[in-house]
Amino acid sequence: MTVAQPEALNFECETGNYHTFCPISCVAWLYQKIEDSFFLVIGTKTCGYFLQNAMGVMIFAEPRYAMAELEEGDISAQLNDYDELKRLCLQIKRDRNPSVIVWIGTCTTEIIKMDLEGLAPKLEAEIGIPIVTARANGLDYAFTQGEDTVLAAMAARCPEKAPAGETQKNEGNAIQKLLNFGKKKEEVAADEAEYVNHTPLVLFGSLPDPVVTQLTLELKKQGIKVSGWLPSKRYTELPVIEEGYFVSGVNPFLSRTATTLMRRRKCKLIGSPFPIGPDGTRAWIEKICSVLGIEPKGLDEREANIWANLEDYLQIIRGKSVFFMGDNLLEISLARFLIRCGMTCPEIGIPYMDKRYQAAELALLEKTCHEMGVPLPRIVEKPDNYNQIQRIKEIGVDLVITGMAHANPLEARGINTKWSVEFTFAQIHGFTNARDILELVTRPLRRNNSLKDLGWDKLVREEAKI
Amino acid sequence: MKLAYWMYAGPAHIGTLRVSSSFKNVHAIMHAPIGDDYFNVMRSMLERDRNFTPVTISSVDRNVLARGSQEKVVDNITRKDAEEHPDLIVLTPTCTSSILQEDLENFVQRAQLDAKGDVMLADVNHYRVNELQAADSTLRQIVQFYIEKARKKGDIPEGKTEKPSVNILGISSLGFHNHHDCTELKRLMADLGIEVNEVIPEGASVHNLKKLPCAWFNLVPYREIGLMAARYLEQEFGTPYVDITPMGVVETARCIRKIQQVINAQGAEVDYEDFINEQTLHVSQAAWFSRSIDCQNLTGKKAVVFGDNTHAAALTKILAREMGIHVVWAGTYCKYDADWFRDEVSEYCDEVIITDDHGQIGDAIARVEPSAIFGTQMERHVGKRLDIPCGVIAAPIHVQNFPIGYKPFCGYEGTNQIADLVYNSFTLGMEDHLLEIFGGHDTKEVIHKGISADSDLAWTKEAQGELNKVPGFVRGKVKRNTEKFARERGFSQINVEVMYAAKESVGA
Repeated sequence: MTVAQPEALNFECETGNYHTFCPISCVAWLYQKIEDSFFLVIGTKTCGYFLQNAMGVMIFAEPRYAMAELEEGDISAQLNDYDELKRLCLQIKRDRNPSVIVWIGTCTTEIIKMDLEGLAPKLEAEIGIPIVTARANGLDYAFTQGEDTVLAAMAARCPEKAPAGETQKNEGNAIQKLLNFGKKKEEVAADEAEYVNHTPLVLFGSLPDPVVTQLTLELKKQGIKVSGWLPSKRYTELPVIEEGYFVSGVNPFLSRTATTLMRRRKCKLIGSPFPIGPDGTRAWIEKICSVLGIEPKGLDEREANIWANLEDYLQIIRGKSVFFMGDNLLEISLARFLIRCGMTCPEIGIPYMDKRYQAAELALLEKTCHEMGVPLPRIVEKPDNYNQIQRIKEIGVDLVITGMAHANPLEARGINTKWSVEFTFAQIHGFTNARDILELVTRPLRRNNSLKDLGWDKLVREEAKI
Repeated sequence: MKLAYWMYAGPAHIGTLRVSSSFKNVHAIMHAPIGDDYFNVMRSMLERDRNFTPVTISSVDRNVLARGSQEKVVDNITRKDAEEHPDLIVLTPTCTSSILQEDLENFVQRAQLDAKGDVMLADVNHYRVNELQAADSTLRQIVQFYIEKARKKGDIPEGKTEKPSVNILGISSLGFHNHHDCTELKRLMADLGIEVNEVIPEGASVHNLKKLPCAWFNLVPYREIGLMAARYLEQEFGTPYVDITPMGVVETARCIRKIQQVINAQGAEVDYEDFINEQTLHVSQAAWFSRSIDCQNLTGKKAVVFGDNTHAAALTKILAREMGIHVVWAGTYCKYDADWFRDEVSEYCDEVIITDDHGQIGDAIARVEPSAIFGTQMERHVGKRLDIPCGVIAAPIHVQNFPIGYKPFCGYEGTNQIADLVYNSFTLGMEDHLLEIFGGHDTKEVIHKGISADSDLAWTKEAQGELNKVPGFVRGKVKRNTEKFARERGFSQINVEVMYAAKESVGA
């Protein structure tokens, strides 16, 4: 490399005129993850309309979520918030009988200063169902940060002490109990022997169950036992979190949850890159191992095998450039993985950048760039979509990862795009799912390859005036 | 507070954005928190728009809560003015900004000083009107703005066009089959020898709004959007309007007769009776369909209808009057305009239901057990649950309701499309019914189950559980790939580790 490279990552901040999903969208995946929950979004028609459209066909599956739609009387305080919420929550209790009701505060409840945190404990005592309050509003947060606010609130609800003695092991969770069913005592003990003796480790971040199994197995191979997972499949199975436990995040947008676990629950955070891509997964495992004093084994070969299996996809993207417009906070990890895959990345847009929580990930990004001999990307916090589009046109990129608002217009101008929201819902964590990430990333390139001889690149009559 | 899962009509700002962004070179700036620009996604996804949706957010964040927007809104307006030179910028309040009670009108006036284009504030109250009402009033507001502006300049063209001409009001972005309807209406006008003066708002330029008074009359095809603008133009210029939706054979004829009356009153001498006759009997297939044996089989079959005023009323009349179908109830979610709906359909159905609660509609469908439903996407899903076929006739709609092929609901081609829609809904039901009478398909058990039917491999309980988490439609493939992998490597048992090793190796 003869080009002079900046030594450190370059951070910028723009106007914040960008498109993203409202953070209340987190109910879409969290109500599915936490099976005995009910999510009540306290907001207006605008919130409801967004959810109705964003969730697509899920809305018809009688979801365990609803809007508490505020009317003019609520806004002007002619109606009593407590009575209104009590009426709705009793209705929910009667119809669905959930183990927890999660209140999602919105922009409107912020502006009219509805004291949800104050009302919840009173109402909880009165109706006998736990009420967790999360302020996942568009004034403060973007898209996936919604999950962060919910998990931070849930962290306060995790039991502090395991039930005493022997029962702890068997009552860990219902699934484990089910799996142990029929096994003799010695067999269960043998299972335990596969683990190294270490301070309990709890992982946080909502992932589909198969991915939870995969990551748990991955750590088991190193002799590390995952004591619990925030969130678990059911609210009633939230993990025990005692002072001094280790915690590790699996997603880059969980900074409030991490802070809560450290400050309120006195846990020790293992700061590591996130297990996205084989490089990230390996770094994640190595960091956990090193903190727990374990010598990692077999990771070299494991990572190499995964990369070898990706070769067909790597050939498609090697040497190509990718531009992240930014909307879900996965951008740093994905960019790091794609640079390792051989891509270049001029710009990473991101709604919010927590340099402390993402420190290890940022360091790995920097290291990856140096090792691959590519320029460091500029990281643009609170990006301005209009400016970004000008930059995309100027520098010309091979792939833009962006929201649906811009995808079709960019495609019509001959620019390949991948819809960013898919990365939030697809399985992208661990060694096992590296292929799935590249399946997504290469899809537009593979599709457009098959169309390339048709000469239908630019499908708009004239360029928009700049 | 109201417990709600689903809404038929969106919030007010959606209506404003639908109208403003339908115009050419009009930009809307929403005073809203991040994430409220979901409209852009709908335009880009549902309508597959090739252009960037001309809507941006002037974001309301913590700083705005603390100190007010101050220069932010004004800056965003003038910046957009400089970047894209729109003819008009519409500042759009949202539910959030309407509780902040900032003086948006003041921002507009200040921005207007620097902006080269026009700037206006959409005048809608979020807690009182819905998407449709807001769209209607925004269209009137924009028309009025440019008429008054032209008046001040003395710029309004004198008199009417030489030949009979029409403005078509209310064709808008994200409207149900609006683009196809627009094409069909233009074609109909051409057949009638009527010039189309202006179509608004879709594809129109605000500079041309001053020409609206040149038309002999206004045609308002949809009840929900355009009426306020039509009334404004009638009041200011005495331009008559025709608000009969030309949907269905009888209503199309009625609309054309009304047009004939309106333009003859202004000195045209037209007689459209022959045209109506020719179209009805020989061009459109719908009248013939009504007479055919196919349609005879539908006589007295039960149907229910639910949607917006325009489409639910039109379909009810078509089913009852033109096809002899028994409409048990017809309903609308346009509660604010319920009287109109009652007047239109009362004589064509047993019962009228006015509600925007989808639960009530679902129950009413279950109670009646119709042979077919005509409703929105929500009713389609109720139909799925109850095993009743459903034809979608009104918004809210999904991407499949923005067909690429030509599918108008209005005019004579519209009558053909509707006949297909109705007939297909009922025959599908009939086919199902016959299958049941005759004991279903003769091969209930599929004979060839593929290579993994009898597996020589044992799956552990955990692995079986993990496999069951895989979505049904790919589960078979995952199972086959995993077993192939296990066989090749000589595993006799498949546990979770083997399963994921297989996934890593073949990407199953």
